[in-house]
Amino acid sequence: MQREQTPLQRIVADFAESRLALSGLAVLTLILLVALFAPLISPQNPYDLAQLDVLDSRLPPGSRSGDGLTFWLGSDDQGRDILSGIFYGLRISLGVGVASTLCAVIIGLTMGLCAAYFGGRTDGVIMRFVDIQLSFPAILIALILLALLGQGIGKTIFALIMVQWAYYARTVRSTALVERRKEYIEAAVCLALPPSRIVFRHLLPNCLPPLIVIATVQVAAAIALEATLSYLGIGVPITEPSLGLLIKNGFDYMLSGKYWISFFPGIALLVTIVSINLVADQLRDVLNPRLQK
Amino acid sequence: MTESTLRVENLRTHFFTRQGVVKAVEDVSFSVGAGRILGLVGESGSGKSMTGYSIMGLVDPPGRVVAGRILLGGKDLRTLAPDEMRKVRGNRIAMIFQDPMMTLNPVLRVDTQMIEAIQAHADVSRAAALERARDALARVGIPSPQERLSAYPHQFSGGMRQRVAIAIALLNKPDLIIADEPTTALDVTIQGQILFEMQKLARESGTALIWITHDLSVIAGLADEICVMYAGRIVEHGSVDQVLDAPLHPYTHGLIDSVPSRGRRGEPLRQIPGMTPSLLDLAPGCAFRDRCARADGACAEDPALSSPVAGRQVRCFHPLTQSAVA
Amino acid sequence: MAPPYMGILHSAFWTLIFSMPVFIVRRLMQSVLVLCFMSLLVFVGVYAIGNPVDILINPQADQADIERAIAALGLDKPLWQQYLIFLKQALAGDLGKSFAYNIPAIQLILERMPATLELALAATGMAVFLGIPLGLWAGLKPDSWPGKLIMTGSILGFSLPTFWVGLMLIMLFAVELGWLPSNGRGPTTELLGIPVSFLSWEGVRHLILPATNLALFKLSLIIRLTRAGTREALLQDYVKFARAKGLSSTRVVGVHVLKNIMIPIVTVIGLEFGSVIAFAIVTESIFAWPGMGKLIIDSINVLDRPVIVAYLLIIVSLFILINLAVDIVYSLLDPRVRISEAKG
Repeated sequence: MQREQTPLQRIVADFAESRLALSGLAVLTLILLVALFAPLISPQNPYDLAQLDVLDSRLPPGSRSGDGLTFWLGSDDQGRDILSGIFYGLRISLGVGVASTLCAVIIGLTMGLCAAYFGGRTDGVIMRFVDIQLSFPAILIALILLALLGQGIGKTIFALIMVQWAYYARTVRSTALVERRKEYIEAAVCLALPPSRIVFRHLLPNCLPPLIVIATVQVAAAIALEATLSYLGIGVPITEPSLGLLIKNGFDYMLSGKYWISFFPGIALLVTIVSINLVADQLRDVLNPRLQK
Repeated sequence: MTESTLRVENLRTHFFTRQGVVKAVEDVSFSVGAGRILGLVGESGSGKSMTGYSIMGLVDPPGRVVAGRILLGGKDLRTLAPDEMRKVRGNRIAMIFQDPMMTLNPVLRVDTQMIEAIQAHADVSRAAALERARDALARVGIPSPQERLSAYPHQFSGGMRQRVAIAIALLNKPDLIIADEPTTALDVTIQGQILFEMQKLARESGTALIWITHDLSVIAGLADEICVMYAGRIVEHGSVDQVLDAPLHPYTHGLIDSVPSRGRRGEPLRQIPGMTPSLLDLAPGCAFRDRCARADGACAEDPALSSPVAGRQVRCFHPLTQSAVA
Repeated sequence: MAPPYMGILHSAFWTLIFSMPVFIVRRLMQSVLVLCFMSLLVFVGVYAIGNPVDILINPQADQADIERAIAALGLDKPLWQQYLIFLKQALAGDLGKSFAYNIPAIQLILERMPATLELALAATGMAVFLGIPLGLWAGLKPDSWPGKLIMTGSILGFSLPTFWVGLMLIMLFAVELGWLPSNGRGPTTELLGIPVSFLSWEGVRHLILPATNLALFKLSLIIRLTRAGTREALLQDYVKFARAKGLSSTRVVGVHVLKNIMIPIVTVIGLEFGSVIAFAIVTESIFAWPGMGKLIIDSINVLDRPVIVAYLLIIVSLFILINLAVDIVYSLLDPRVRISEAKG
């Protein structure tokens, strides 16, 4: 190596080695900006019923509405602009995915660290829960919860948190256990350093790289799961449609050849998920200590 | 000199990796006659195993035999079509590998693994093949071979498994057996038994044997001739007694010296300084010169194999004389 | 003196004998625990969070009916007693009548089960019979373009949501090309008293798209497993030894490699069968396949709560059964698991 790099510089440099990952990151950044500034850039506010006209419903892409607005991607059965619907839908989809993943990471991290640090009974109880939960597929757990709780954004987020936390808990526990057995932690325990210092200064930083990788993949999985649940009609409510719900709304019209109502939100969903996965793939290689040169 | 079973001439096997060309085997020549045992000695990475794979035609990409002739009974194996080469493998040349825990397929019964080796080369019935398999097991000293045939490899001990592998190698009465460190993973007593039996089998059946090892003490009691390999090349060649009693190459001398012996008890163990060089884009010149006390400016050139003593060869500008060894 | 390995063989043998029943009993106990836990969760969901009167009694019922039902369900009793009553009725197979169909919920679900199982089996079959050859190919020739194509395809298969792929299949093969039906199960034929689709050509045509859709994720999984297993196996000495014996490459790959990678693949196929049934919910909804999955979504949409409760309990039991069966089969296949379980 020519000169000393900070770890962060190395990670950035390694990440930039893959063109595919960089383009994934670029697309993802664009998507995030669109979601963030949706109200500013959307041709229409799809939540404002006053702006909608039933006469404009189900127009093909490129058509013009009664008030001269161009529907670049067509309009849906309410006369809503699909493009604006996608922009606002991205907000919901990304918001639900990111919020649920963040909460689940915090819960899983806490549980995993507790299990690894205290061991014994605490470990046994936490890991038994994790094992039970991981023996069921995510979609089934989310379905059970939403079937019992009913629709809603908050409830969907809750279901996605419940689905995800176990992955993080298991990952954190196994990484922390490996670290805990190392001699420097034993030395720290012998020096009677406070537990909080051992946990936060030694265990936590070592758990972060795998956690970041899994969390990135999980954001994509959470978005896909939310879309699936909303498509099934048990996720977010119709008043604030996510991409999945937009797709559901157009499904019946697709069979009669009006493909655009479902198709374009579907493409948006696809691009989002694939770009996150590309970034996650490269992050995994970059943060994996075994692959470091 | 009698007709050799196998004659290798100027063999070169290179690996074309992304980082560059690795010359795993470079200009290797030797021959071995019927009933004779040739020891191929070297450290790991010296190219001795790759020489064996090259003869078998089992070099995997990115590796490739790029030059040389491999003459089995006068016929160059490199000119054979893949299917003809397949018929040679396991039939006229057999190979035994280092780790008996790994060479037998763990999920197939021993009889399956023996019968398929027979039926790959001869159109015989299952019953006849089974009988030959049983005889082969008996010949390598496996008790109650009939019952052991239907066992799985994990039901055998390491030594017994290596005997099974040897039995498989013997099944088709090959002209040549290449044994790649077959006793390294075994206990010393079992190693002794296997060495004894291999030697006996080679002598009785007239099979030529190439014994690849890093262990000079194994070679000392077993082989007739010895080739010492270093960094892909043969650096010394001669009869076992000549080479072990009076090595010509400084590397051979170092190897012999680093074996702990009773005569030098109490003295610090001698070792060869430094490490084996990386074969990746190896610079020209003697590959041993960085570790050699006798090296000088001349060693920057490639030394050729020379024959300072009749019947022996050495690849060195400054071979040891008899007085230097003592 | 006996050879040293005899001792090892001996102890391994006894560990095996003793660990078998312990292992199965332990698994059974775990399963019962999980079932209790899940039933408690469903109970809490129905009784504690929602109002059970709303959930379990038909909204069209009159006041007298409601009071009779409250007494029958024991809703005037303390919660823990209600749970016991709930458990007792569930064990007796009585989870109420469907509001929508007015027949016992359990009966309704059991009627729909064959359709789901047929779809799940067809999808699993597709995943196995396509996935193993494709995975082998990708493992044997990882740098060839078909090898790379197969891997790219499997990465896509992993990241695309099932329902999205289903929509694309409908759009392409049903709407644009008009080759295959996208709706329903088609005519069924009775086989041992169970209605099945795959015996008539029309039924098979109806089965193709949903089964493909459901198979895609598992197909990707099996391709990856097979490829990784193949590449791993090819590096092993036993493959080199098999080649050194002069075996044809067909036999080396078809017997030596394949037999070694089959153990993990069979296990994963078994373990994933439950998740195929779970994902059938999505596929059935898209293709209007009349199985349990479509039933649960329809029931959630019309708030047919007895069916929801019954479905949840049945699917959880089904899952526990599958997991239990796979654990036992796996322990039979691989002695190392039994030994470590007995110690652990």
